[in-house]
This record gives sequence, structure tokens and C-alpha cells, in this order.
Amino acid sequence: MKILTGNDLPTGDVIWWTGSGWSRHVEDAADVGDQGDAILQAEDGARRVNGGYIIDATATPEGPRPAHIKDRIRALGPTVRPDLTLKPSDPNAGNWVI
Amino acid sequence: MYKYDQYDQAIVDARVDEFRDQVRRRLAGQITEDQFKPLRLMNGLYLQLHAYMLRVAVPYGTLDGRQMRMLGHIARKYDRGYGHFTTRQNIQYNWIKLEDAPDILADLATVEMHAIQTSGNCIRNISSDQFAGAAADEIADPRPWAELLRQWSTFHPEFSYLPRKFKIAVIAAPEDRAAMRLHDIGIELVERDGVLGARIFVGGGMGRTPMIAPEIKDFVSADDLMSYLEACLRVYNRYGRRDNIYKARIKILIHELGADEYRRQVEEEFALVKALGIDPPAAELERITAFFAPPAFEAGASDAIDRSDPDFAVWLDQNVKPHKQPGYAIVNISLKPIGGIPGDASADQIDVMADLAERYSFDELRVTHAQNIVLPHVRKVDLYTLWQRLSDAKLADANLDLISDIIACPGLDYCSLANARSIPVAQKIATRFADLGRQRELGELKLKISGCINACGHHHAGHIGILGVDKKGTENYQLLLGGSGAEDASLGKITGPGFNEDGIVDAVERVTDKYLQVREEGERFLDTYRRVGFDPFKEAIYG
Repeated sequence: MKILTGNDLPTGDVIWWTGSGWSRHVEDAADVGDQGDAILQAEDGARRVNGGYIIDATATPEGPRPAHIKDRIRALGPTVRPDLTLKPSDPNAGNWVI
Repeated sequence: MYKYDQYDQAIVDARVDEFRDQVRRRLAGQITEDQFKPLRLMNGLYLQLHAYMLRVAVPYGTLDGRQMRMLGHIARKYDRGYGHFTTRQNIQYNWIKLEDAPDILADLATVEMHAIQTSGNCIRNISSDQFAGAAADEIADPRPWAELLRQWSTFHPEFSYLPRKFKIAVIAAPEDRAAMRLHDIGIELVERDGVLGARIFVGGGMGRTPMIAPEIKDFVSADDLMSYLEACLRVYNRYGRRDNIYKARIKILIHELGADEYRRQVEEEFALVKALGIDPPAAELERITAFFAPPAFEAGASDAIDRSDPDFAVWLDQNVKPHKQPGYAIVNISLKPIGGIPGDASADQIDVMADLAERYSFDELRVTHAQNIVLPHVRKVDLYTLWQRLSDAKLADANLDLISDIIACPGLDYCSLANARSIPVAQKIATRFADLGRQRELGELKLKISGCINACGHHHAGHIGILGVDKKGTENYQLLLGGSGAEDASLGKITGPGFNEDGIVDAVERVTDKYLQVREEGERFLDTYRRVGFDPFKEAIYG
């Protein structure tokens, strides 16, 4: 599947395209098929995303899992600071990245 | 320490106002990201993996307690309670919001700080010896010259759009504590026949094409130094490879021209530049130098130290260095706790270091390129109390220059350029060698890790270096041996096929085991490596 990610302009937060807006959580990401470029162009123009790009991901029961480790780290947070990830209470969250 | 005059302050204040307007226009959609990106980079603001990252300049690594406390304030108010001290003697914040950036710069400006020249193709923040003004072996204090270079390079109209970034280091001691020869220009202040001058090295650097800078001039009189540097930059600015970002650094130009031809062109340019009169008048140099006058050392301060506490004695032996003033010492604060993140300090720890600098070190701190902090002027009689205060703040690791004193870039945990994570590897190696007795048995061993070929973690200059690469989508780590960033500068050599995260830790241990087998009395790891050569270690690693 193809999903979209980028950063929120004012905060820099990592965000994911849900099909109708942007979420901080990769599990909300929607498969955009071949519509990625068109969506990014519109969203960038409206300043709803900064530096958006298309990535490959795998559909899993828990939601999309980005194909590359860099995007999995973006999705979760730094593996060396679990307290600063999106799942600070899950001690095994880092396993999803690796 | 240098104090801003009205011009310095006006420049920085104006830059804050300018950037505030640029951010406003970006958020309002009046400028695009393509237009905005070079503007934010000129103010040290990058977009990294998780957020914006702000790199704040610490000129030649020197700051006072008030400035340090401001760094803690920024970590606490605008970031997530910590900062990361870098190999450029700066500090980075990893979780900055664009909308907060102008306020952060305004706060910094109140303590004579900024983020100018921490990015972009300009002359970057000048680096220097963290022991400047305190080291027993220096022939002069390099900081007045570093400050002069700062003023010269700030918004220099010719050098704001160089072919590529440009890094300058200035030292004044035979022991190179600033990796001087791995800079675009390395300056070593020297004396000849009673005249102060400098040896000039040009064309060093790390990155994808590491090079040790050749000596371009064996002596430039201090009276001519700025003109000579201007000439060095002019030749580069004119002929540097703007057509290819990977060949745009001055090291490539000098490699292609040859050092002799580059030197000839610089001399030709110098003859023109010298007539322009850009070297500072003596009064201006004296004005700057006066800011770096030695502090009011206590005459007759005692050299006696009670070593009865064994943990204190170990810290004393490992982290405290000789000072030129009797009764005083240089204290190194390790930011490398076992299992911690190299270079990170919490806001509370930053505050503690500010307090201790004010109380025990004439209100001075230094940031080192090895990502540690220095209190440069501590009375020996205060060392035990200081150590206790550091211990309370978890800042008393006695591992300076040992295998766990690892330089590591932020790597793939934070950096958008990285190919592999650096920090977890550093943590695993430090944990493997956690026993301090074992570390001290190994002796001085500088291990440096980069998460990509850009080499922010100085892996080329590590006695043991590690380079993280992306191998078909997975992290892989190459091992290098034999590098040095010191006065005996050398570049590490790749041992062979890479390893996974656990494998690289095992490989490092095989190297250190081999070293212990073959070393001779008094040798450091690097000495042994240079004596016995590469092959015994390669055999130990790969069998």
C-alpha cells in the first residue's frame, strides 16, 4: 500500500494522511493508491502539510507499517527515548520499529 | 569572556525581528517552503525526523552560567526537557515548534546568544580548544583569535554563500584537543623568534571524503592572519566546485589543485588582500583580548587534594586535568553515563552545571567536541565538594577518554540524513564495557560512531570508528580502526564486512581483547595498532 506522511507546518509534528485529513498516528493512515501526488499538491498548497512524501507500507491488523525503518521511527518516536514516543506506556513499542 | 557591544547586540536583535517576520509570512502562506527553507537554515532551524531541530551556536564552545541556564530554560519551556551537545561544540534541541522559534531566538538574544552560522554554506561557528585559557601547554589564549574570527565571519558579505559549509578551528597548544586538522581551515597559534603567528592547515574534513588538512603555511604573522585567511577563502569561493555538492568542500579543491598550487594562488591573493587593510588595528585586538584576561586566581591556592574517597580519586585521575595556575584544575564533566545518550543533558542537569560554574569556575563553562562539558578554572580545594554535587546530579562518570566516552551523532533516532541508529550502538558498547576497572585497564580509547557517511560522529577519527549504513533496508555497521583527531591525526581504515547491531559490539570486544594480548608497556590502543598494524586485528575480528 501507499501512504502519505509529512510534518505539520507550525509544530513540525509527524503526520499521516487519513483520507480526509491528517493524524499524528500512523495506524490512521489511508492507502492512497496512485493519488498521492495529487493529494500532496493540494495539501501542501493549503499549508496543511510540510515536506510531504509518499511511502510504501504493509497493511497489518494494527494498521499500516511503513516499509522503511526511518519512517517507522518517525511514526513511533526515537527508539532510545521510549518516554517520548507516542506509546510511552508500552515497553515493547520499540519492537515494532525494529 | 567576550561581552557584546552595541553592534553585536543590534545585529542579533535585528536578526530575531527579521526571522519573526519570516516565520509569520511562512505560516500565513506568503512564502513557500522552498523560499523559507534557506531562511530558517540561516537561523539554525532544520526539519528533522520528528520535529524542527534548532542548533544554537556556542562560539568556540565558551559560555557562562547565565547562558547555560538559558539553554536549560529553552529545553524546559520549548523542548522536552533536554538538549544535545554536539561535536561542533554547539547544542541542539530536537522537538522545536516553528511557531516558537522566534521567541526562542529572542530569549537567546537576551544572553548574547543566537543560532546564526549553525547551518548553510557559510563560515560556521568557530571551534577551539576547550581548555583555552587554562591549559598548561598553550602558548597563547586562542579565544581572542576565535572571537575575532567570529566577528570577521559574521555576515561576511563575500562568504555568506560559499560553495559549501566551512569550518574553522583555532588552537594554541601542541596537543590538539579540537581535531584541528579535520577542519576546512585549522589554525595553530605558534611563536617564532618571539613573534606570535600561526601555522595554517587547509582542506581537512570528514564526511564521505575524509582528508587530513595539509599545511599550507608554516608561519603567518598574527598581524597578517586575517588577510591570509581572507585570501584562503577567496580562492575557495572562486574555484570551489559549486557544480557538485559532493565535491564542493575546500578539501576537494585542494586535492584536485594540489596543495602547492593552492598555496601559490593564496599567496597571490594575499598580496592583494593585505593592501586592503582588513587586519584589525592593535587597539581592537587589545579590546577583544581584554575580555579574555585570566580570572582573579587566588594566589597561593593549595595544590593538596584529599584522595581518601576511592571513587573521588578515580574521578580525579580520569576527569581532572592540570591547570596552568598553581592550586587550580580543569574539570571535565562527562555526558556519557553508561547506557545513556552521548551528549544529552536534562534541563535540570544544565542548570546544575550553570550553578557549579558560577560557584566554582569563575562563571565559565566549555562545550567540547567530544560532547562533554568543562569547568575550566576550579580550585583544587573545591574539587571534592564539586564532585559530590556532580554525583548528586548524575554527572560524575569517571570515564573521560575511555571506551565508554563515546562520540555519537543523533543517528536515525533523530536525523533525517542518517541511515542507521548510532545511539543504541553506543549504549550497548558502553554497557558491555561498563566496568570502570576494565575500561581503565584498556586506557585511552576513543570510539566514535556516525549514523551515515556525513560523519557527524567523527568515525574516521576514532581509534575505533563505527559507521552505520543502510544495507538493503536494514541497519549495518562498518568497523574502522586507527583514526585520530589529535595532533597525531590519522584516518581510520575499514576492517571488512559490516555487522548487525549486536555483531558490532562483539567485534569491538574482539578488537579490545586483541589489544590487551599484544600491547606493550605504556601503549595506548592507538599506539599498539600503529605498531602491530591492521592484520592482527582483522584476523581477530573475522577469524
